[in-house]
Amino acid sequence: MPVSEHEVRVLTKRFDLPNSASIDTYLAHDGYQAFEKALKQMTPESILEELKRSNLRGRGGAGFPTGMKWGFVPKESPKPKYIVCNADESEPGTCKDRLLMEKDPHQLIEGILIAGVVVGSHQGYIYVRGEYRYLLEILDRALEEAYARGYLGKNILGTGFDFELATHTGAGAYECGEESALLESLEGKRGIPRIRPPFPAVVGLYGGPTVLNNVETFSAVPAILREGGEWYAQLGTPRNGGTRLFVLSGHVNRPGVYELPMGFPLRKMIEEVGGGILGGKKFKAVIPGGSSTPVLTADALDTPMDFDSVAKAGSMLGSGAVIVMHEDTCMVKVALRLMQFYAHESCGWCIPCREGTDWLSKTLHRFHSGGAREEDIGLIEHLAKNMLGRTFCPLGDAAAMPVISFVKKFREEFEMHLSGRPCPFESKQEPATVSR
Amino acid sequence: MQFTPQLEDKLKKLMRNYPIKRSALIPMLLFAQDEQGFLSQETIAEIAGRLELTVPQVEETISYYSMLRKKPAGKYHLQVCTNISCLLRGGEELFEHARKKLRLAPGETTPDNLFSLEEVECIGACAWAPAIQVNYQFHHELTPERFDQLIRELERSRT
Ligand SMILES: Cc1cc2nc3c(=O)[nH]c(=O)nc-3n(C[C@H](O)[C@H](O)[C@H](O)COP(=O)(O)O)c2cc1C
Ligand code: FES
Repeated sequence: MPVSEHEVRVLTKRFDLPNSASIDTYLAHDGYQAFEKALKQMTPESILEELKRSNLRGRGGAGFPTGMKWGFVPKESPKPKYIVCNADESEPGTCKDRLLMEKDPHQLIEGILIAGVVVGSHQGYIYVRGEYRYLLEILDRALEEAYARGYLGKNILGTGFDFELATHTGAGAYECGEESALLESLEGKRGIPRIRPPFPAVVGLYGGPTVLNNVETFSAVPAILREGGEWYAQLGTPRNGGTRLFVLSGHVNRPGVYELPMGFPLRKMIEEVGGGILGGKKFKAVIPGGSSTPVLTADALDTPMDFDSVAKAGSMLGSGAVIVMHEDTCMVKVALRLMQFYAHESCGWCIPCREGTDWLSKTLHRFHSGGAREEDIGLIEHLAKNMLGRTFCPLGDAAAMPVISFVKKFREEFEMHLSGRPCPFESKQEPATVSR
Repeated sequence: MQFTPQLEDKLKKLMRNYPIKRSALIPMLLFAQDEQGFLSQETIAEIAGRLELTVPQVEETISYYSMLRKKPAGKYHLQVCTNISCLLRGGEELFEHARKKLRLAPGETTPDNLFSLEEVECIGACAWAPAIQVNYQFHHELTPERFDQLIRELERSRT
């Protein structure tokens, strides 16, 4: 893994140790101390206070404050409560949770255990995307170690607290990363989203109150309890605590996963951390938070990379996947490829999403292959805007928002495709082949 | 029908994880497929029986998940990512190259059943693009030359 002098390594601090995934390495480097503290010295209320002070916000995409989310779980519940870790990691551009599980699975387990203590849950699941089979093996080994050392199971550390934790594999479906579809999938069904409210914190897995967070979110919790919420908060910017694992990909010289403070400037991320644009070319555009977030152009390069600043710049920090594109990139092609993805992954349950993504994909394909007419630009906007807020789950928005941004920011490129000839960028690139 | 003792062991452990049987369905299908190559009607009926589900309930679940298949794939199932991060680093060219090299259309298997080819969505290797998976094995930062070398190695391990 490439490193940068700008990195602040909190969640990745053990990554370079030999056998970083083993419980012995973990225990020798602060492992399970936060959990022990949570169990023996803290109350659920004081843990929640610490989390709120930390300004930790969900790393799965939406940036919802974690302390607040855990606080929504009712204290009394006739049904068992559950902790579910979202390790579905399927947002194009994103490959950070993978490293957190591969290099430091016990940090994740400890974070999940702390959630169990806070809400009074005794069962957790880690839902891992099917393609990450090797991680299932690493996690299962780590779980076995944790059971053997008494950090999982019955009467943990002699305190009377019980907690069972298991891995669960998906089998290929982007939509199963959406929290309610994930719960359906975990119950053995098709990953169709559920109507909300009620939110999972109140009615989740098997109808019980459920805490559901991203891998990186849970993994940040042990350090927060160990070092204090205030300490974590000051690593970042106001209301955006801590560090974030940014995934730099696309046209940079040093793509990679880098742990940087929240609010790290975008330009510096591309130029210094990523080593600048590939082949000395000119920067053209960046998708700042995974494929579902609107594209940004050079005028946004001074944006601090935190949830609020990126929102102000007109996009979203999302999953922290920063996808960089240089001058030779055809934006119609990129918009098309992403729409093909959403059309393929739409679960088909609600019509605006199923039909909208398919129509958009076909219209964008017309542009790219040279068959579009002038009014098709308006058609793209019309279709996409009619999806916004009208779908059962946010996948529809995730598909519509980026394409709206592509048309808005690169309208002239769409117009360039109206000549009746195929893509004008193709002379600089290989021909397109996707036609699904 | 009979599963191997290893698979039986895996399934037994799996069943212990959940308060309701149906939760085990998707992992069970995938683990069975890993061993048998695909989900036969016999396997589907067996799993349905074990989980007290109907065959249509299992079938409708299978049809939702892209990794579950009812037909065999090659011994080495090559999954080439052409989603955005890979696209920007030559993923489509790599996929084109793979098609020509193996003389396969997407979804096809070579006559000797050694290779099958599929174009896939993001596999979570975006920082190491372009990336492919051979069965569950990741291969990062591939070039056409490194792809050819990989194919040669896989061909050699055929025996
Ligand atoms: C279509 C779709 C796909 C999603 N995929 C993921 C994913 O792969 N991983 C993830 O953590 N969150 C994903 N999310 C967000 C989850 O629904 C949920 O908000 C998140 O896991 C909550 O965790 P957090 O509060 O820690 O961010 C997705 C959302 C949508 C709408
Ligand atoms: S885009 Fe290819 S692995 Fe993510």
